[in-house]
Amino acid sequence: MNWLLVVVGGAIGAPLRYLTDRTMQTWHETLFPWGTFAVNVAGSLVLGLLAGATVSSATYALVGTGLCGALTTYSTFSYETLRLAERGKGLLAGAYVSASLLVGLGAVWAGWELGAR
Amino acid sequence: MSGGPRDLPLEPVDPDVDLRLPGQRAETAGHRLWQVLAVISAGGAAGATARYGAERLWPTADGAFPWTTFLVNVVGCGLIGVLMVLVAEGGWSAHPLLRPFLGVGVLGGFTTFSTYTLDFLRLVRHGQAPAALGYAAVTLVGAMAAVWLTATATRRLVGPVAGQGAAP
Repeated sequence: MNWLLVVVGGAIGAPLRYLTDRTMQTWHETLFPWGTFAVNVAGSLVLGLLAGATVSSATYALVGTGLCGALTTYSTFSYETLRLAERGKGLLAGAYVSASLLVGLGAVWAGWELGAR
Repeated sequence: MSGGPRDLPLEPVDPDVDLRLPGQRAETAGHRLWQVLAVISAGGAAGATARYGAERLWPTADGAFPWTTFLVNVVGCGLIGVLMVLVAEGGWSAHPLLRPFLGVGVLGGFTTFSTYTLDFLRLVRHGQAPAALGYAAVTLVGAMAAVWLTATATRRLVGPVAGQGAAP
């Protein structure tokens, strides 16, 4: 049963990342990957919330493993960092990695605290 | 660096979608929006299910080092290096839905940033701050090494073709 919920969550999360990314790029015409940054932070916040609130395994499979897992991405994050560095934007690449880690970890922690209330 | 395809201005930075590339900007035009979203959705479902399967096969015990998430993320980063050089850096003329399906969908759905940050928090809450920091660092280094190695190796293999394909 949980398998099916992961499938559904993944089927929603991945196109949501794509659409968020497109929307963010029409707003900000910068090289900083705001779209990926936004989905990774948002997904971390929601997953932290679910884990802190200790939801049912079905909810966790659908929203956590499926949706948040597919909404967030490490492959896109790593390729963007590589491309920024290759284009001579090492500083921007460093800022992207630092910001993603710091804000992402802050978001998962904040989500957990909120969920545990 | 010897003027490889990576030096051309019209190269994607964001593998999911880069609106500075005319082809990617237009890929949701009209009825194609639904095709693109459908293949991304199918890919995301497959990628997320594969990750779930890995987590079920090799579960991480409470307070243990999250090897499964680590491996999933490093493998996914290695694969996107190959994929992007082949289909998006002008190397091969691939079907226009291949990058959305495999890159945005399958690999994006397979790898995860949220589980990575939650793994870190779980280790910290278990009183294992050094392990948490080690996990964060090892994943980052492993992922960057993987994508760099595979992208570089793939460019070497398809290099001349890539240069011709993407040159203005």
